[in-house]
This record gives sequence, structure tokens and C-alpha cells, in this order.
Amino acid sequence: MTSNTQKIAWNAFSDAMAVAGSIGGIILGLVFALAGRDDMIKFHGWLFAAACSVACLILLMRMFDDEENVDDTGYFDGPVRVATVATIFWGVVGFLVGDIIAWQLAFPVLNLDLPWTSFGRLRPLHTSGVVFAFGGNALIATSLYVVQRTCRARMVGRWSPWFLVWGYQLFIVLAATGYILGVTQSKEYAEPEWYVDIWLTLVWVVYLLVFMGTLMRRKEPHIYVANWFFLSFIVTVAMLHLVNNAALPVSFLGSKSYIIYSGVQDAMTQWWYGHNAVGFFLTAGFLGMMYYFVPKRAERPVYSYRLSIVHFWSIIFLYIWAGPHHLHYTALPDWAQTLGMTFSIMLWMPSWGGMINGLMTLSGAWDKLRTDPVIRMLVVSVAFYGMSTFEGPLMSVKAVNSLSHYTDWTIGHVHSGALGWVGFVSFGAVYCLVPWLWGRKGLYSMKLVEWHFWVSTLGILLYITSMWVSGILQGLMWRAYDQLGFLEYSFVETVEAMHPFYVIRAVGGLMFVVGSLLMAWNLWKTVYGEEPADLRDQPRVAAAPEFRESPAMARPAAAE
Amino acid sequence: MDWSKHKIFETNSIVLLIGILIVVSIGGIVEIAPLFWLSSTIEKVKGMRPYTPLEQVGRDIYVREGCYLCHSQMIRSLRDEVERYGHYSLAAESMYDHPFQWGSKRTGPDLARVGGKYSDEWHTLHMSNPRAVVPESVMPGYAWLAKRKLDGKDVTANIAALKAVGVPYTDEMVKQAGADLLAQVDPDGDGAEALQKRYPKAQVRQFDGNPEFVSEMDALVAYLQMLGTLVDFTSFDASGPNLR
Repeated sequence: MTSNTQKIAWNAFSDAMAVAGSIGGIILGLVFALAGRDDMIKFHGWLFAAACSVACLILLMRMFDDEENVDDTGYFDGPVRVATVATIFWGVVGFLVGDIIAWQLAFPVLNLDLPWTSFGRLRPLHTSGVVFAFGGNALIATSLYVVQRTCRARMVGRWSPWFLVWGYQLFIVLAATGYILGVTQSKEYAEPEWYVDIWLTLVWVVYLLVFMGTLMRRKEPHIYVANWFFLSFIVTVAMLHLVNNAALPVSFLGSKSYIIYSGVQDAMTQWWYGHNAVGFFLTAGFLGMMYYFVPKRAERPVYSYRLSIVHFWSIIFLYIWAGPHHLHYTALPDWAQTLGMTFSIMLWMPSWGGMINGLMTLSGAWDKLRTDPVIRMLVVSVAFYGMSTFEGPLMSVKAVNSLSHYTDWTIGHVHSGALGWVGFVSFGAVYCLVPWLWGRKGLYSMKLVEWHFWVSTLGILLYITSMWVSGILQGLMWRAYDQLGFLEYSFVETVEAMHPFYVIRAVGGLMFVVGSLLMAWNLWKTVYGEEPADLRDQPRVAAAPEFRESPAMARPAAAE
Repeated sequence: MDWSKHKIFETNSIVLLIGILIVVSIGGIVEIAPLFWLSSTIEKVKGMRPYTPLEQVGRDIYVREGCYLCHSQMIRSLRDEVERYGHYSLAAESMYDHPFQWGSKRTGPDLARVGGKYSDEWHTLHMSNPRAVVPESVMPGYAWLAKRKLDGKDVTANIAALKAVGVPYTDEMVKQAGADLLAQVDPDGDGAEALQKRYPKAQVRQFDGNPEFVSEMDALVAYLQMLGTLVDFTSFDASGPNLR
């Protein structure tokens, strides 16, 4: 009884804190909206105040709800569902913007010569959209789902997980609208200005607390390997974000700031950040995803426990050193360049350790590749991971880098990792999650997953092969000499030579967008409870846990 | 090897957290920290000075429009680059750059030494309609920059902030920032001489060809026209010493 009254008192306290927080947010937003020194920060002030007002209203409505209706036993999946829907939504948006800017490079008239639609402002919208909005939501959704299941514990917090997911969406909207309006500090993948950085820091601290709190509440004695990766991703991204974004605002009511580092030091800090945004955001976090969804979907144990230990500690130790390979032959001191190259090559081994651990998990279940397009997507993602993590160390070698740097080869490399690895592992995870989270017997259509898989795979192949050719071609043209010892090509001749490859790339990107639209349609139908069209083709594990026990319930009788 | 020792990390979330923090900190500490105190990182050369207020405003526009996404400002020490763009970039040449603009992609050419290579008219026309001067170009047009007025009101705060993060602006430079901004597009005015005294080699003229007002185009062209012009490479000796 006392524990029950204590709980009610605690809930009332957390409700009050949440309301106070949202009112504080409204006031802060209004201060920026009314006293801001430029139009951009005023706009963001209004946006922030509006978001906090909506949050406050919802909180107040919930407070007067009957306490009995709030079920706080079992897993806490509401925020996970929000992040899952956000993954799909931002995915489609981010891919679409990417394809638009790909067409802009092929046909510059598409820039429209307006401030808000030029390549320079849309490119950060694309990169942040896919990395942070799509990838970030996929990581939040899967990490919060996985940590609860593997700890057999409900996620901690009453409002904090909601703050995390909606606060993160607000971060995305502030960053994205800022880019279009020209609010940027120009550090790649860290473009948001100081006030958006502070907001993200707050959201991220709550993420860490929720994740750690849930780990501490676990009923399993051991922390599962996926959670090691998720935790390293959360902690390291926090460290990278805080160091790389250190800036002095020109005014505390204005949007402009200056990074405290300059020149060489700023370049090194940026690429320490930039490469580890790849290493920890796009690799460690998604490896956590792999370590849960591949074994779960294949219904096989992880191949090697020892390999996962070696692979985990070596990958997080080595990755952090690799940044200087973005600065070969520049004014960065040679010793730093050589260190970066050396560690990048060493990184090949733990990367392939992870790939082997993921692929070999299918031992004894390889036949599922033929029958289950979801597991095929997961496995192909790991194969792309293996390919990009071989290509990366290769490109970090100074001699290779002298050719590849500044060209499209880098863009192709990034996209084999981003579309092939990050994209496919996220799609695979989301195809698993949606029926599980919404309590469905399976996906609406396995056939659509099949189409998604093939359209996207062909799109990725067009993308990366065209970028290999254009990148290597441009690199070779830049350094070509004629018989008299003069440079053979003017710069603009090398730009002209890129045109056909830019068209092929944009077509490949378009196919990837089409694939993601097929996914969105399929999952929409699944969530809305449409009876699966091809349930008998779906594996047992496609259904939500409550439908899995009795095979008769999950599948209609085989007889026609 | 006794794998059961790993149990300490797997059964204690705080130990795991601390372990991760230690392991991921080492690389950054070894690679970044020394750059701040090894004097060989940036060898001082003659000629470097902070940006004039107009150049700095132009630089901020360069940052705002994401020019760095297609143009690098870092000539690598490779034969073809040095022949195409000029002397390889020195660390000192970006020592006052907050943030750095070395870039990572050359959809367009490197701009580290673009200053003085083209006329102001070329830049203004090219920015307004790139394909009017370079038919194969894929650059977006920025005609609207010429229509946006600069009043030099905010520039003082910007220069003061840059001073606070370590750019060696004097108090006088901060105080005169607004006047200096206007003076740089007014060759017949009284401020030009004082400006060039504070900022040697500052170029004073009508950059966008429109004398009616100071535009964002003026600032951007002023910035482009000074890129790579501060260090005199006819007297620079790569084997050093160039410390002045």
C-alpha cells in the first residue's frame, strides 16, 4: 500500500516537473521569438514555443485522465513506436532530398537560383536528414526496444522517454529549417548552430539516463552484446558532439557563433568528429541493431561470443584514431596523417570480425535467405558493411587517397555504407519491429518487401558503380599530363566528364527512394491492421510474440 | 585466455560505461591535444593578418551558402595540384579561420589561391549566372546576393566575438569595424588609408560594380579576391626558416 501511495506521489511529482519544464520552454521560446537579434532565431523561438505549448497541453490533458488507464507494467513501447514511425517518415524525406540534389548536380537549373533551394543549403539537409533523422530515429527505436527485451525490464522514466523522442524530432526540425534559412556553422554533419546543439545535448543526456537506468533495472545478470554497442554509441557521440561544437555565440540572442578552434586544429577536431560520426553513429549503433535482429530473425544464436568481445573493444578503440585520413597531404602535420592511416588499416580487422560474426550467425539457417526477404535484407546489409569496411582502409592509404580524395569516389564509398549497410539493416529491423510493436500477425505483404529489396539493391549498385567510375576518372584527369609536360585537362573539362555518371547516380538514387516508398506503404497497411496478403509465406518470427506460440494461429491452414 | 574475466563489464553497467569512456578517449587525446602546443604545427610566415570586416562578412556568407561543400581551400602537396592551383597551402594560411574551410569535395575547383586570378566583373557575373561565363559549370546562381544590402551594423559584434576566440584583432580594429566595412568599397573616401594601415594588402574598390549600396556580393567578392594573396611566395622558402 505504501509503495502504491509512494508511486502516486512520485508520478504526481514527475507530472508537475514535466509541466514546469514545458512552461519553461514556452517562456524561453518567447524570449528568443520577441527579443531575438535576427529573423532566423526569432522564427526558431516561435517554433520552440509552439512545440512546448503542444507538449504542455498534452501533459495537462493526461494529468486529468483517470490514473487507472495508465498501464505502467510491461514494456514501455509508446516512444519506440513514435521513433519507428519517425524513422520511416524521415527516411523517405532524407532520401528524396538526396535524390533532388543528385539531379541538381546533373542539371544545375534545378537549383532554381533561390537561396533556399540551392545545393549548398540542401546538401546538409540531406546528410542530417539521413544520418540524424532517419538513422538517429532508427537507433533510438531499436535501442529502446532491444534494451527492454534483453534486460527483461521496463524502460525507466515516465515522461523522459517521451521527451527523448519528441525532443529529438524538435531538434531535427530546428536543424532542418535552419539549413534552409542559412543557419549553419559549416562543420560537416555538425552544421546546427549553438542553440540547437545545446538542445540536442539536453535530449542526449536524457537518452543516456534512460538507457543506463534501464540497464541498471535489468533482471538478466548479463548485459547483452547489442547493448554494449548501443551504450558506446550514445556515450561517444556525446563526447564528439561536445568537443567538436565548442563555439562562442556572437550574441546569446542571435543565431551566429564562431567555433573556438581555427585552421589546423579545427580541421583535425572536425574530422575526429566526422569520421567517428561514421564510426559510432553509423557503425557501432547499427552493429547493436545487427546483434539483436539478425539472430532474432534467423532464430539462431550469435556465432561467437569471444569474437564479439574482441570485436567490440578493438573497434571502439581503433575507430577514434582514424579521422586524420580525411586530411592526407594537407597542412595537418605528417605524424598525425600517418597515425590516422595506420589505425584506419588496422580497423579493417575488427570490422570484418563484426561482419563474420553477423554472417556466420546464419549457420544452419542459410535457406532462410531464399524464403525470407527481411533476413536477406539484413544479411546483404552485413555484406555491404564488409565491402565498405574493406574499401575504407584501402582509401585511407596515402597513395590511394591522393587519387580518391576530393572526388566522387568518396561519395560512392559513403553511400555503399549508408545505403547498403545502414539503410538495409534499418529496413530489416523496421520490418521486424512494426508487426511486433503493433501486435500484428505479420507484414501486410512479403511480396512488397521482395520488391523493395530488389529495386533498392539495383539502385545502390547503379549509385556506387557510377561514383567509382566518375571518381577515379576525375582523379586521373586532374593529374593527367600531356606529352609536353603540361596538365592535360582544365578543371571544367573534368566537370563536363562527370555528367553521364551524375545522371546514372540520380537514377540509382531514385530507385532507392521508390523502394523506401514501397516500404512506407507496406508498413502503413501493416499498422492499420490490414490482414496480411501472403501470411503463409511469412516465417513464424514475422508475427508479434503473442501470435508466435501456436503456429496454427499465425498461419492459416496450408490446405487451399 | 580466461574469457570469464569479461564478466565484470557484462554484469556492471557503470564499469562498462567507464571502460568505454577510457577506450574511446585515447585516440583523440593523442592526435588532437598536441596540435595545440607543438609549435611546429603552424610555422609562422610573413604576411598573415586577420580578415578585414568586409572580407570576414564575405567569409560568413561563404559559410552560410555552403560553398565548402563543392570547393576546397586546401592545396595538397602534390605536383598536379601545385601546378593547377599554386603553392601548396600552409597551416599558417588558415590560422585565423573560424571555422576552417578546407572542404572535402571538389565538385568545383579549389579556391585557396583564387584571389586575383579573375576580375571583379568576372566574379560578379559568374556568381549571378555561372553558365554565362563557364557553359559547362554546374554551380547554382547567386544573383540575389547583389540585391541584399549590408549595413555594417552587426559586424562589430562579429569581430569582437572573433577576437574573443583568439584572432588578434586590436581594440581599435573592433571599434572601427563598421567604418572599415564601408571604407573598403569606397576608394575615394577618407577611411581607405586607415583601413589599409590596419589591414595591409586590403583591396579597396567597388567589388560588385554597383555604387548605390554595399551588397553581400561586394563582401563575397572581396573575400574571394583576397584568398591566398597574403603570403608572398616569391620570397617564401619552404626549407625555412620563415619565422618572423
